[in-house]
Amino acid sequence: MNDLRLNIFLNGVGGQGIGLLSEILMRAYDRAGFYVMGVDTHGLAQRGGGVESHLRVGYTRGNPLVEPGLADLVLSLERTEALRALIRQLRSGGTMAYYDTLWQPLSDRLGETKPVTQDDIKKTARFRKVEILRVLDKNLPDVRMQNIALLGASFHAGLLPGMTMEALEGSLGDLMKDRVLDANLQVLRDT
Amino acid sequence: MKDLGSMLLHSGPFREIVMGNTALVRGMVEAGVEVVTSYPGSPTPEIASAIMSIPAEKRLFYFEYSVNEKVASEVALGASVNGRLSVVFFKSVGLNVAADSFVQFSLLDIKGGLVIVLGDDPGANSSQNEQDNRHLAKMAYTPILEPSDPSQVYTQFLEACRLSIELSMPVILRMTTHVCHAKTPVDFGSTTPLRKEHPSLFRPSGDEYIPLVSTLSAMKARALKKLALFAGRMEDSPHTFVSDNGNREKGIITCGLPFKSLEDVLENVTQKPDILCLAGPWPIPDKKILEFCRNHREVAVLEELDPVIEQEVKSLLFDAGLNLRIRGKEVLEYRIGEMVPSRVRSYLSRIWPDLGITVLETELSRDFKELPPRPPQMCPGCGHRSAFHAIKEALSEDDITVADIGCHTLGYLPPYQMGNILLSMGHSSGTGAGLSLFNPGRRVVSFLGDSTFFHAGLPGIINALYNRHNITLILMENGTTAMTGHQENPGTGKTVNGEGVRISIRKVLEGLGVPLILEVDTYQQKKLADAVKEAMDFEGFSVVIARHPCMLKFTRDNRRKGIKISSRAWIDPVKCSRIHDCVSVFACPSFILNPDDGTVTVNSELCIGDGSCLQTCPVKAIELKREESHE
Repeated sequence: MNDLRLNIFLNGVGGQGIGLLSEILMRAYDRAGFYVMGVDTHGLAQRGGGVESHLRVGYTRGNPLVEPGLADLVLSLERTEALRALIRQLRSGGTMAYYDTLWQPLSDRLGETKPVTQDDIKKTARFRKVEILRVLDKNLPDVRMQNIALLGASFHAGLLPGMTMEALEGSLGDLMKDRVLDANLQVLRDT
Repeated sequence: MKDLGSMLLHSGPFREIVMGNTALVRGMVEAGVEVVTSYPGSPTPEIASAIMSIPAEKRLFYFEYSVNEKVASEVALGASVNGRLSVVFFKSVGLNVAADSFVQFSLLDIKGGLVIVLGDDPGANSSQNEQDNRHLAKMAYTPILEPSDPSQVYTQFLEACRLSIELSMPVILRMTTHVCHAKTPVDFGSTTPLRKEHPSLFRPSGDEYIPLVSTLSAMKARALKKLALFAGRMEDSPHTFVSDNGNREKGIITCGLPFKSLEDVLENVTQKPDILCLAGPWPIPDKKILEFCRNHREVAVLEELDPVIEQEVKSLLFDAGLNLRIRGKEVLEYRIGEMVPSRVRSYLSRIWPDLGITVLETELSRDFKELPPRPPQMCPGCGHRSAFHAIKEALSEDDITVADIGCHTLGYLPPYQMGNILLSMGHSSGTGAGLSLFNPGRRVVSFLGDSTFFHAGLPGIINALYNRHNITLILMENGTTAMTGHQENPGTGKTVNGEGVRISIRKVLEGLGVPLILEVDTYQQKKLADAVKEAMDFEGFSVVIARHPCMLKFTRDNRRKGIKISSRAWIDPVKCSRIHDCVSVFACPSFILNPDDGTVTVNSELCIGDGSCLQTCPVKAIELKREESHE
């Protein structure tokens, strides 16, 4: 595991908690003993634009941006963005986990484009020889925990090499406290 | 939970994962910086967030958000000529606003040290252009250091402080977007203030701070001399270094983030070129560059945007009589955008195909469908959406709308298409006035945000009033500086240090003598449309204050107070006649269009229950419905 090198690309829509998810994962890999670097592509505060975060585990040199086509793992919080990441960022033979909620982009709402379906994702994944994990938990106490649900499910499905539950919990503890921490720990463990 | 504020104040060394912007603040604490000023703008607002994680009374240095970048620079300059180590930070285009004063700094004896932190934005990730501020720095005889990652942000900031104090000159620390936002573990040192004593040093005996024809040539000569000294320091800077790969054929000169991209691209190359990485793009270390060039048959300069380093290197080689091929920006497209790894790959494979660098292409399925882009948009419940919806009602097809900088800039996007020309902060009254000349029958409406009103909006307003321009200004007042992350401004009356003095926009306009000022909450769409009509019918300069609090901030504040969203929009499927005004004219992102049967539903993850959409349905099919609590 010591020579693990992993490029992770995370994306979703502004407001879904991509930055926090990436920060948790980054600190967890640091706790698990790997050198980490990352970068969020954010600029403006408004909701609703595409948001990306890049995370490189075990790389001690290089640009923190993951090159298109070189991500080993994609974690996506929204279906349209998941397909976008699958097409543009993930390498063939890589892995993708996505939270299956849909925030229609403007052109979908204007009826100019058709919303992305689960089937679109399955077809592209098959073509690119990508293993996919679809996550959806209708009983989440709060929609703002979808990021933690995705993290927990990815971990339990073995998609995070070198990661331990202890490191994830410690990382969550670095960033949250009290009731918020407890609620998120529960989602992390149970999803 | 880790407490960033106490961490930043820690007296001894520590290691922490931080972004470039945060690493800078630790540098400020360690160096003993005394005065910090700023105006918010991406990619730099997180510098302020890190500062504000330290409670005001524990902050060790004075910090303020000034009213614009020029004032921020002047406050920092004033403090620094008095002996205070000072820092001013803002975004790329902020330097244009600051320029009038900034260009004078190098002429002065800056006793306390002054570091200008520039958040430059190659790629225009969050700016209206990707201007190459290295040109402005050269014009102002101000040297630049350019870090490539958070650790270097920290160490080069300390270097900038030391050199600025030693040479009594301003120094720029240029941080590009993905250096500001990059995160890595950083090893910090102990707090060791660069100044042990803090006397008030501003005691001019004559005209040494008055640049005029009698003093200017001496001042300029001194500035040029300091620059030469600075260039000399770059020869021995630990941040000027060579990665020696034993290649006597090819060498690359680079600086900042492109160096990091280069590391990725060269990873699998067997005959790696040697690399000379510079501490900053200007002034360049002549000796190091000449030595590097003499050791290689061909040298490429890898930099973002314009050929600044390239031209310096070429001119140096010409003077030295060295005949060497320098590869640089010979292909126009590489002057545009960031030098991310994929573009460095394409660039190097083009100029040096023999390196064997391949351009990666993602294989796509034949039936892959083009995905629609997802630009940022106004949030659910945004008062600007209601405003644009109403204002559109009041306008004729041929009228002209002038955008300004702020969240309301997004009005240019479909389906609103409001605000058809954009230059800079506060330009809208001036540009609008020009558009109104010799333009009979076409009325002009200019938009302006509240923070921008104070920043650079006032001169244009006064000009329109004074010169009797016939335009209507709509002040999009949301009670915060929303787009850059909800900073306070003179209109809110709060400062980063607590209570300030609230300045009422309405009273300012009244004081100026604006003859017609109407004020409407934007959720009252009919009333707002009427107000805009009235203002546009008025001959002369008129103002409509279209006010509604930023709903993103409002909902977040409520959540912190434990107030939950209790109702959400609901569309009565019986009443709905598929007119689709809600989804395609008002276009709140909370609406979902079902492509199969044309029904519209509401995304409960997005709707905040504001109800601003209710009045937009011609058949009154939208209702607010109380929600069952999840608890």
